[in-house]
Amino acid sequence: MRSLDEILSYTKDLAFDLNFKEAKKWKAENKGRVLVGYLPIYFPREIVHAMDGLGVGIMGAGDRKQIIKGDAYYQSYICHLPRGIMEMALDPNLEDFDGFIFPAICDCVRNLSGMFKLIKKGKFQRYFDYPQNFDAFIGGEFYRQELYKIIEDIKKINGANLTDQKLNIAITLYNKNRRMIEEIYNIRQQYPWRLSAVETYHIVRAGLSTTVENHNHILEEVLVHINEERGEPMDNIRVVISGSFCEQPPIGLIKSIEMAGCYIVDDDFILGSRWFESDVDENTEDPLGALVEAFLTKSTFASCVSDLGNPKGKRLVELVKRRNADGVIFSAASFCDPALLDRPELQKECEAAGIPHINFQYHENTGQFKVIKEQAGTFSDSIKLWA
Amino acid sequence: MAEIKEAIKENSMVIQKDMLAGLFKELSTAQETGKKVVYTFVPGNLTELILSFDMLPVYPEINALQSGMRKKSAAYIREAEKIGFSEDVCTYVKCDIGMMLTGNIGPTGEKLPPPDLLLLSYTGCFTFLKWFENLEKLYPGVPVAMLHTPYQEDGKITSDQIEYMVKQLKDDVIPKMEKVSGKKFDMKRLSKMMENSAKAEDLLVKVLESAKHKPSPIDAYFAGVYYIGPIFTAFRGTEAAVNYYTELYNEVQERIRLGLGPITPEGELKEEKFRLVVEGPPNWTNFREFWKIFYDMGAVIVASSYTKVGGVYDLGFRHDPDEPLESLAKYCMGCYTNMNLPQRVNLLADYVKEYQADGFLINSIKSCNSFSAGQLMIMREIEQRAQVPVGFIESDLVDPRYFSYANIKNRLESYFQMLGQRKVIMAQEATI
Ligand code: SF4
Ligand code: SF4
Repeated sequence: MRSLDEILSYTKDLAFDLNFKEAKKWKAENKGRVLVGYLPIYFPREIVHAMDGLGVGIMGAGDRKQIIKGDAYYQSYICHLPRGIMEMALDPNLEDFDGFIFPAICDCVRNLSGMFKLIKKGKFQRYFDYPQNFDAFIGGEFYRQELYKIIEDIKKINGANLTDQKLNIAITLYNKNRRMIEEIYNIRQQYPWRLSAVETYHIVRAGLSTTVENHNHILEEVLVHINEERGEPMDNIRVVISGSFCEQPPIGLIKSIEMAGCYIVDDDFILGSRWFESDVDENTEDPLGALVEAFLTKSTFASCVSDLGNPKGKRLVELVKRRNADGVIFSAASFCDPALLDRPELQKECEAAGIPHINFQYHENTGQFKVIKEQAGTFSDSIKLWA
Repeated sequence: MAEIKEAIKENSMVIQKDMLAGLFKELSTAQETGKKVVYTFVPGNLTELILSFDMLPVYPEINALQSGMRKKSAAYIREAEKIGFSEDVCTYVKCDIGMMLTGNIGPTGEKLPPPDLLLLSYTGCFTFLKWFENLEKLYPGVPVAMLHTPYQEDGKITSDQIEYMVKQLKDDVIPKMEKVSGKKFDMKRLSKMMENSAKAEDLLVKVLESAKHKPSPIDAYFAGVYYIGPIFTAFRGTEAAVNYYTELYNEVQERIRLGLGPITPEGELKEEKFRLVVEGPPNWTNFREFWKIFYDMGAVIVASSYTKVGGVYDLGFRHDPDEPLESLAKYCMGCYTNMNLPQRVNLLADYVKEYQADGFLINSIKSCNSFSAGQLMIMREIEQRAQVPVGFIESDLVDPRYFSYANIKNRLESYFQMLGQRKVIMAQEATI
């Protein structure tokens, strides 16, 4: 077994390899394999897995790539994520990808799917609509059709047939993956000093650009390590981060929050990898139906899914309580309509539940964290003072 | 700042003003008369269905734009920002929420009734979903009917998408409307209304396509959003709408016969110097000043995308009395912002050609991702395909902080100068 330091160094590189070398190497090993890039938030990678492919999460260029061409496609008042992805699409970063999925998170991502169509990037570019009706016969049927489109897209490339058996295997693997990620969060809830938020981020994000088998192996090893004591407890408050589900905050920002005295005990950074609140049914006769049913009934709360009848604010408050957190940091990408339009209502719910909160905005390539660190520090101090 | 004179009005404008005033009057007395009120959106609106239940529609975007025109939006936006809405988000939403927080006084100065039903026909813009999630909290207990419109991702409308929408209509939207209105759904009545819709749609298309004439008898952007389009949203399916569009059509025909240009707030445009296709919504806070920059330079907008957010009827779609629910589904999916980017590019490039435009201009709205994200790519594509000079200006819908008159005027003047020079060169080349 590798040491934790070895794993951390590996996942740190893997998480931010914008050339996706490992995924491309995996593809090159066997003819017929496909790489399917998908954008935030959620996409059922199980399907790609079952069709001899790898679903690779494209979370933007962050602060790891200079944006020159991408800026020419976007006005200053559009968030940063799509310009970074355009830059990657125009550079060699996304070469070897067979197709791209654009989940229905917002109009920027939706229109970006059209931009990929116009520049003919990949063999398919698919906007992936989530149903907003949660009746199995209405939204469920619609969602199934959405999944069929992707199945057809992949089949056209490699001729793979989706079998129930293969899909069941994939579901089992991804269930295991989600369970282990959850387990890491559970351990961190009790012992947040054993793995920092940045380390956790790297470990989870690394899973977006490697096979689920490899990521499961990483997670197994991490769990062994963090089941043992590591690090020193600090007099920190415990916070939940909300609003960072698409454009990712720079690592410096996550670090600054922790250094300012806040343990991040839950977050929505790589939300797609933690999408279901319980397992997708395994070994059924209709595994595609199991994925559909899971989306309709087991999805976490998220900005891209209508919350009529089950408001996000209440679910956020529940999460804060479950994680035994002291407060919420609303941290959203600038110009991110979904996150910023949700914020007032989420804040209101927090206030009603007596949960302190602060908020700030960032760009994925923000380089200055002094103000954020001060804000988080004051937040931490004030909670400690009044606790 | 430009000096704004009293607007000159055609008969159709007077009729539309009266019709809208009548609607707002009805709304202001809805609570006394017991009429039920449905809040919904312009793109993918289900006006016929709402009216078939004798309910009254309220369109928050129309309230917001009217607030913008009446210089009320800045204060409303401030109210919304006070309760935590970011400076960065869609200003229609903030304006609407601010208006509600300050008493819900509508554009005519009368109080708007609260909704009996929130009908979220979510078409072509993700923000609608967020908007109604917020309204649901502002009006606790009010039922919400959701109609999710799938995007034309593949550039076409598929049968399973239609089926999904019809099922939502049958299982969710219509039962909720029946419950709220206390009336049974009447398919025959809806179908009858659709006959009227199709008639009005034919007329609307003829009016908009009249801009193919030289000189164009209409301005298909400013006039399009000012008096040609609004009636369509609130009254589609009624005889009054057919009458209105008949009147408007006759007026336009008369203008063509007389060889007249479009009517502007300061009278007729005497000389059509430039014909433009415009993409993106207009600015409402300084609407007259904004329009004036164009007509002062002899620029006429011959086609625009914003007049198609409520439906792209020139591509052939008509509400169909023989399949009312299916045609509502097709209608919703066909709206401009529900079209994918390649479709939008094709449509705009065709407009440039068919309407013999001299240029293509984008008014990019700071707070509207649905339109703005991707516009720079649209611009490049049109420049390449249509081979006309492209222009780009920026403003906002209803936030006056983002309307810089001097900036926009400078940019437009340079743009028109370029168009002028190009015309001279092209004329010289034609004589060689
Ligand atoms: S950061 Fe927000 S606005 Fe930008 S692409 Fe993601 S969800 Fe859309
Ligand atoms: S983002 Fe644009 S299209 Fe959407 S509601 Fe706002 S103004 Fe309308």
